[in-house]
Amino acid sequence: MTKISMLQNEIQKETETSLLGFWIYMMTDCIVFASLFAVFIVLRNNTAGGKAGSDLFSLSFILTETIILLTSSFTSGLALLAAQRSHLKQTVIWLCTTGLLGTSFLILELHEFTKFDHSGNSWRGSAFLSSYFTLVGTHGLHITIGLLWLFATLGYLYKKGLNEVSVRRITMFSIFWHFLDIVWIFIFSVVYLLGVI
Amino acid sequence: MIISLFSSTSVPSTDRLVLFFGQAMVVGAALLIALALVYFKKVGWLWKNWLTSLDHKKIGIMYLFVAGIMLLRGLADTVLLRFQQATSVGTSQGIISSNHYQQIFTAHGTMMIFFVAMGLVFGIINLILPLQIGSRDVAFPLLNNLSFWMYAAGAILINLSLVFGGEFAATGWLAYPPLSELQFSPGVGVDYWIWSIQIAGIGTLLSGINFITTILTKRAPGMSMMKMPVFVWSVLAAMTLVAAAFPILTVTLVLLTLDRTIGTHFFTTAGGGNAMMYVNLIWAWGHPEVYILILPAFGIYSEIVATFSRKRLFGYASMVYAILAITGLSFVVWLHHFFTMGAGANVNAFFGIMTMVIAIPTGLKVFNWLFTMYRGRINFASPMIWFIGFVITFSIGGAAGVMLGVPPIDFQLHNTLFLVAHFHTMIIGGALFGYFAGIAYWFPKVFGFKLDEKLGKIAAYLWIAGLICAFTPLYILGLMGATRRLDHYDASLGWQGLFIVAGVGVVIILAGVAVQSMMFYLAIKNRKKNLDTTGDPWNGRTLEWSTTSPAPVYNFAIIPTVSDRDEFFRRKQLGGILPRRKYAAIVMPNNSSFGIFMAGWALMFAFSVIWHYPPTMIVALLGVIGTFIVRTFDDTTTHIIPAAEIEAIENKRAGALV
Repeated sequence: MTKISMLQNEIQKETETSLLGFWIYMMTDCIVFASLFAVFIVLRNNTAGGKAGSDLFSLSFILTETIILLTSSFTSGLALLAAQRSHLKQTVIWLCTTGLLGTSFLILELHEFTKFDHSGNSWRGSAFLSSYFTLVGTHGLHITIGLLWLFATLGYLYKKGLNEVSVRRITMFSIFWHFLDIVWIFIFSVVYLLGVI
Repeated sequence: MIISLFSSTSVPSTDRLVLFFGQAMVVGAALLIALALVYFKKVGWLWKNWLTSLDHKKIGIMYLFVAGIMLLRGLADTVLLRFQQATSVGTSQGIISSNHYQQIFTAHGTMMIFFVAMGLVFGIINLILPLQIGSRDVAFPLLNNLSFWMYAAGAILINLSLVFGGEFAATGWLAYPPLSELQFSPGVGVDYWIWSIQIAGIGTLLSGINFITTILTKRAPGMSMMKMPVFVWSVLAAMTLVAAAFPILTVTLVLLTLDRTIGTHFFTTAGGGNAMMYVNLIWAWGHPEVYILILPAFGIYSEIVATFSRKRLFGYASMVYAILAITGLSFVVWLHHFFTMGAGANVNAFFGIMTMVIAIPTGLKVFNWLFTMYRGRINFASPMIWFIGFVITFSIGGAAGVMLGVPPIDFQLHNTLFLVAHFHTMIIGGALFGYFAGIAYWFPKVFGFKLDEKLGKIAAYLWIAGLICAFTPLYILGLMGATRRLDHYDASLGWQGLFIVAGVGVVIILAGVAVQSMMFYLAIKNRKKNLDTTGDPWNGRTLEWSTTSPAPVYNFAIIPTVSDRDEFFRRKQLGGILPRRKYAAIVMPNNSSFGIFMAGWALMFAFSVIWHYPPTMIVALLGVIGTFIVRTFDDTTTHIIPAAEIEAIENKRAGALV
């Protein structure tokens, strides 16, 4: 084997193990969210005389957030498909769309957080608010990290183009982003829908 | 000195002297090491050959080194605790104030579990697992290096608490709220506790992911799951527990951090917080953690008993299923740590029964080992002495555990020294003896020279005798009603005699440690005389013995094909060495300073949060992001060892064998 083919062979093997490792990592992250959900469910009625979810949440606002995030998940899937077909331009376009949608989602979420804070309902208010901010905030933190990752990937694509490594990274990013989507659906149901009822 | 810069609460005057010595010791040791390195011009060597190495064997050795140092620190605490309990009776107040005493038992527990036991587990796994599955390295060598450095950063942070701030948590090793909340523990002690185990815990989680992937993807061709050595199975089970349990620890610690730093109300007494939830969460991690420590030790015993009985392991399949059963059950027993908190009779009954059920697969394993020994030609080498000590002490400790698993008995015994005696006999007699046995067994493989067998056996006997002498009195004291974490008691209780016996036990253990230190020192000093040229000093059965001692950087020049559980033993019976084949070039990962930098940023971040200093917090975060991005743009992460070089190394080895 030549030197280059050896290294390429190695990178291919790396892709398989990396994807398996990444799935296992996703499972551990799943447990992080499971713990936070458990905490939220235990504490959701402990409002300590303060506002409850039904007083605070606006479902139409949350629905807007949800639709934006779900769309971004769809576009990240399109980016992955384009990358697998070695279509650099399309990949970049769909990744940028995903980034744009993700950023708008984050801005909306921060807007909601500051709104609650200004109306005197910060995380210091009660155990319910603490667990609400922490659960939704952890999701937001993941989105932030995802966006940083996305921009780093765009930088990599700009410098090195589409190769085995960048396709692998886009695949992992896509898994991560879909995962955050699923977590959000649980947040939507458990935190917001149950909160309003 | 430095304490005036960093002080959150006033330090009681009685403890100033102790504190000063602690600071002087840490600072002095750090300075001395740095000076020695510069003087002997070893900084570059250390950086290139060790600190940035991604070789699993070197990372394993570094784990053992740090764990060894932490073991000595934890032992120093033990001596203080035992001395206090033996002398602080009646009118005498002993040598340490109660506040300082609380810090010492907290530090003792934290260090022994997170930095000694975990360090030894991951050290041994790193050293042996890739060799046993016939692999060149773990699945993610870079991540492995990062895990080590996260662990080391946690260890550094826990020692920094002595220098900056001069206090540690006084809450017990699991820091139950509301005591660990800001209201009742306003100093930085709890913050040090949180962040040192948070950082080390994240490193552990990454290791868990790494080793699961390694076992699933890096096995030699032909090694199906049911042909894996039992040690590999035990690691797979333990790492599954790591992946499932450590995220809970991470979340729990984050919630406590948020309570303490930004005023949330998760576990506070006010604002609707629920302190019980902390106790549930921490034990939902904590109980699996116990099995994370013990399962790899079970794996080590399985290897040792088979090798030194010259027999195939008895009941391989039942061994594997027992491990899996323990893995599953370990997640449904956590409540037995707090039967007395009032969950109700039915809940207590469920968890009590589940706890007792765990004794079945565990007992099965003990019988399998004994049946392996039955009619074997047993070689009572030092690993076997550790094993026999384990069987005795573990059976005693296990029986005590089943007793504690009965809720009505637990109501009497909880929070007493009976419990302390129980888990010490389990963790020392079960886990720690296993690691020591493993170190004695695999030492020649790792370093290429042998340990002195006689000293090894003396150390084992001393540890076993010391363990029994130190903890039998505590069982009795516990039954008499002595509570744990006791720093003073009345003379009329008549407990002092038993406490003194326990103190004698610690002295015996210290003698064991002294003999062990001597053993390592002599082994290194006389290493040229005790070289292991065969690569197989014990007549081993599994693949790690088929390569040289120490193994070359690529482990196996040609990856072996496996067709039996005891593959190497089968080969030896078939006539040993394989016909020579043509060597191919091998791709190996380059060294990287990524792990050191990431762990350094994590340390900086933690330190900034502890001292509430946002600017360095932001710098550390930017550092993390920057380091990541630099690494993702690095394309030259591997190098090729050419076939000629491998042939040269292998020929030299063949020469040594003749």
